[in-house]
Amino acid sequence: MEQVIEIQGLKKSFNGKEVLTNINLTVKRGENVVILGKSGEGKSVTIKCITGLMHQDEGSLKVFGREVTELNHHELRDLRKRIGFLFQNGALYDSMTVRDNLAFPLQRVSKIKDKKQIEQLSMEVLEAVGLEDAIDKMPSELSGGMRKRMGLARTLIVKPEIMLYDEPTTGLDTITSKEISSLILDMQRKYDTSSVIITHDIPCARITADRVLIMSNGECIAEGTCDELEHAKDPFVRSFFK
Amino acid sequence: MLSKHSFSPALIDIADQTLFFKSFFRNSFKKGFEWNEFLRQAYVTGYRSIGIIALTGFILGFVLTLQSLPTMKQFGAVSFIPGMVSISVIREIGPVIVGLMCAGKISSSMGAELGSMNVTEQIDAMVVSGANPMQYLVVTRILACIVMVPLLTVFADVIALLGGFVSSNLEGSISARLYFYKSTSVLEFSDIIPSLIKTILFGFAIGFVGCYKGFHSNRGTESVGLAANSAVVTASVWIIVIDAIVVQITNVFVYK
Repeated sequence: MEQVIEIQGLKKSFNGKEVLTNINLTVKRGENVVILGKSGEGKSVTIKCITGLMHQDEGSLKVFGREVTELNHHELRDLRKRIGFLFQNGALYDSMTVRDNLAFPLQRVSKIKDKKQIEQLSMEVLEAVGLEDAIDKMPSELSGGMRKRMGLARTLIVKPEIMLYDEPTTGLDTITSKEISSLILDMQRKYDTSSVIITHDIPCARITADRVLIMSNGECIAEGTCDELEHAKDPFVRSFFK
Repeated sequence: MLSKHSFSPALIDIADQTLFFKSFFRNSFKKGFEWNEFLRQAYVTGYRSIGIIALTGFILGFVLTLQSLPTMKQFGAVSFIPGMVSISVIREIGPVIVGLMCAGKISSSMGAELGSMNVTEQIDAMVVSGANPMQYLVVTRILACIVMVPLLTVFADVIALLGGFVSSNLEGSISARLYFYKSTSVLEFSDIIPSLIKTILFGFAIGFVGCYKGFHSNRGTESVGLAANSAVVTASVWIIVIDAIVVQITNVFVYK
């Protein structure tokens, strides 16, 4: 199966402190990969490198077979159009309504100008995340769970091939967390995306993951399914699933 | 090998500002200008500042007239007050006061708004979606300031003359027609044009500094306040510096 993301020997440091020491990761088309790890292990840095928001110091990072650091400005923008990124707090544009939040990427990224088509696509994606009644609300009027759903809707509206989730269930109650996790899986099936999901939430990992990677000290120390890692020999790896 | 840490923060800041300016300039001429956002920003920066600018302008003209009256009376030159006030306000005090007021109101709000968008990853969200935040957020704001600050200055100048007229009528009696004739008859294009050019530069400085500080704020709620504060201080200093430079150039080339 085609590999959409290939990372080899990724290193990144900030002010002399190494955050990523040796990251190796591959994601196949249609696969959901969950990255688990303690806070500050560089999980978010890894996915920010995938989108070119940050650049690695060393190592190779290929997305759709192309080295991200070698892309020029226009190529990087084209690549980003194929990648969706769900930020921890949704990163909704708070000066715009939900409708305008959804229209923003359609008008500027997909270059759709027809208002009817924008409305139709917005309603379609809002129905998919169960937020059709919120179309005229401001982001400040949405609850934490609704903001995540809305963030997911805005990301999926341009139909990306890869989805990157930065702690999609952090700060949510258990029931809403499960709803969001199920939604991630549903959306992955509906839109046929490949996903990298960063989380601390084991129920989320169990629902969404085809494969789990565990990061420690800036490198991947274990890889497998949830069941395999739960019974791993390394007590540190097992500790995530207790 | 030279790294970013080899240079002083001031040099890095200058380099960042230069790159930011280059990016602003390049994006200003790109296809797909954000007209709706530009008009919204023009409304926010211009229309919403009218009240405070009107009040400032009125008090400026009123106080200037009131303060100069006793001295001018001693020399029997009261009739020169309208002309003196209009030249002082239009050439120098109006643009600088409006510039400083706009630095406080507009630059700080841009710094805080973009800083908060930076902290909540909204700018990153635009970048990773393939949209162009420079074109949408920065170009529109800076151009709105370049257009609106001169208009606000013209408005403040007119209101300041009105303030001067009201003040003149507290002490003596002068008709509106005579007052405005005396105010405007002394003005020449060489008073108005350099002043307008100055306000365009002020508008650019206010928008540029506000956007730059907001865009380059650190990640944390404290940095939003710092970005707003730094935007006001830096924009105010720039206004004083630009004023000094433009006055020197005008003296050399216009009033020689």
